[in-house]
Amino acid sequence: MFTQTLKPRLRDRVLRSSLVDLLTGPHGVDRYTELVEPTWTIGEARAKVVAVRRDTPRSVTLTLEPNAVFTAAGPLLAGQHVVLTVEVDGRRQTRCYSPANAEGDRLIELTIGVHEGGLVSNYLHRNAHPGMVVGLTVGGGEFVLPTERPRRILFVSGGSGITPLMSMLRTLTDERYDGEVAFVHYARSADEACYADELGAMTGVRVLRGYTRTGGGELMGKFDADHLAAAMPDADAVFVCGPTALVDAVREQCPEAQSESFVPPVFEVTAEASGGLVSFADSGVKVTDDGRSLLEQAEAAGLRPENGCRMGICHTCTRRKTSGAVKNLITGAVSTSDEEDVQICITAPVGDVQLAL
Amino acid sequence: MTAMLERTLDEITEETIDEPKAIQKAITKVVAGQTVTMTPEMAEEFGCELDAIRERVFADLGERDATYIRRIIKAQRGLEVGGRALLFGGIFPPFWLAGTAMLGISKILDNMEIGHNVMHGQYDWMGDPALTGRNFEWDSACPSDQWRHSHNYMHHTHTNIVDMDRDIGYGILRMSEDQRWGPYYRGNLVYAFLLMVFFQYGVALHELETERIRSGEISIADKREILAGIWKKVKQQTLKDYVAFPLLAGPFAPWVFAGNMTANLMRNVWSYAIIFCGHFPDGTQEFTKEETANETRGMWYFRQILGSANLTGGKLFHILSGNLSFQIEHHLFPDIPAHRHAELSPEIQEICERYGVPYNRGPLPKQFATVVRKIAKLARKPR
Repeated sequence: MFTQTLKPRLRDRVLRSSLVDLLTGPHGVDRYTELVEPTWTIGEARAKVVAVRRDTPRSVTLTLEPNAVFTAAGPLLAGQHVVLTVEVDGRRQTRCYSPANAEGDRLIELTIGVHEGGLVSNYLHRNAHPGMVVGLTVGGGEFVLPTERPRRILFVSGGSGITPLMSMLRTLTDERYDGEVAFVHYARSADEACYADELGAMTGVRVLRGYTRTGGGELMGKFDADHLAAAMPDADAVFVCGPTALVDAVREQCPEAQSESFVPPVFEVTAEASGGLVSFADSGVKVTDDGRSLLEQAEAAGLRPENGCRMGICHTCTRRKTSGAVKNLITGAVSTSDEEDVQICITAPVGDVQLAL
Repeated sequence: MTAMLERTLDEITEETIDEPKAIQKAITKVVAGQTVTMTPEMAEEFGCELDAIRERVFADLGERDATYIRRIIKAQRGLEVGGRALLFGGIFPPFWLAGTAMLGISKILDNMEIGHNVMHGQYDWMGDPALTGRNFEWDSACPSDQWRHSHNYMHHTHTNIVDMDRDIGYGILRMSEDQRWGPYYRGNLVYAFLLMVFFQYGVALHELETERIRSGEISIADKREILAGIWKKVKQQTLKDYVAFPLLAGPFAPWVFAGNMTANLMRNVWSYAIIFCGHFPDGTQEFTKEETANETRGMWYFRQILGSANLTGGKLFHILSGNLSFQIEHHLFPDIPAHRHAELSPEIQEICERYGVPYNRGPLPKQFATVVRKIAKLARKPR
């Protein structure tokens, strides 16, 4: 035990030393160690997929072994989320997921529901395999059990929203929780219900299921006062996670319920292109979009962003757009992804835009 | 750094404000005895065709390109680690030779196919911070932020415009007849040779604008921030190659020192040769500020082609040259992954033929010989 804690510290001290930094400069030691084993980094939190299960037709369950950087940033509480980064067709994509494993588990379990047209969910469903390495950082979040566990807890989940609640339930089980728990889960059909076997085998937990497309579970239709009464009408704490409609329905019955919504981002490009609010967040400057490039509008507002060729080839003026849609002035292409780098000399806003400038 | 950038912005803005907004006139040049003309009307269509290629390539970028650059990087790091390891046993000649060769090639790859290309933003679309141009620092004396400014912005925007593109001569050589001759330039060949041997330091000092300090236009105090940046990078590189690694070898320090120095020299000479063949071989054209005022996008493409020259060779040659052997394609599309240039070259040549634009290319020895001849010729006082 003594050597276990001593060895990592010595290895870390060596890897982080200024000598190693000099010898591996200017790229840094990670750029060498990661070529031997991708999770061997001291500056980046990563995880290796050690197991993949496809328990239902529209989900994939990954078991991940995080590296020391991830673990050091913990601990991750039941109900909190992680941020996963994966490269799809050469491009890094980032998504948030809530682990389903119990608190304190060494391995992270993610069950990812496949969204129609979803880039990352479909990619992982098709391609996830043991040995795959992903970026994984601690996300955090407020959706957690109180430290002093309530005596009567109601969990309500829909679809892949089951994961943070499974994490909470498994944590309580590990703690030999002796209060009352009711677990309500809505899925499209029995086929698509995640963790069905595990929940079925649980003693001491009232498990109620609703199959919204096929019927046949203990609960018929969507969540309402009847479902609440059947589950746990007098809970001390209610946790709901799932589609917005479910969250709203539960909060109508239980205004004090703690909630988390898993909604894939939907962005609609407004019909009128110009006239939106352009915020240069770092400078606290806001202007009304006049159709010109972001660079020109920033300069007109008195800012002096770094720039070069002003024709989109030298990449000196690249800044991060944190929200909104933009149009490439040369190709006309519109991009709606949040959090992307744009060359401001050839990019114009489409509607409201926030830029880190 | 910011102060310098702001000054340059003022200079450019001043010019465009003072110039009357006249349309750029047609440009005519004589290349290898042939008259070449591009009118703004022709340039409009010319530009559209090239823009279409650019868009097509950008839309196609994906896993293939990501895999390519990662493979090159893996090779470079492997050669570097392997080379340095062998040099520790450098007292045995085969180890020294192999170690030096491996380290030299790794530095060439880092400098050209990886460093120059990544810093151009060619892989920014991947979203990987380690491959983002703004973050990348290369294994060379020149600080990357200064390189990005002088190369990506200044050189690529004002390519071959005399008194704007400081790569014409680098402030120490006479590379164009439009540069006024002076007795100093009698040493043109000597300066060129010294630049070649110490190329990484020559590049490192580029942003100091020593020619403007010499002429008294600016003082070295104006360049305090630049100087600090250069000193910091040069110090790290020197400590790494010439102090730390040799000392780690204990009694074998001299062999490690010599090996590292030779590897750096290999990279200096090779990159110098490739780079000098980019815009100086016979046939490459220079432009004046007047004839490129209010330049359209199509005319910009035209100037990039006329100002650049390609090198012929095999696949390995192209990789080791950082695909700068496709200087024309690189100057047309600086921010597409350079390994794509080979595929585009036939298409670019076809377009050039249709518009009567010469496509300059030749083997390295031939092109380099014309460059040496030019340096020698420009050393002499013009009649």
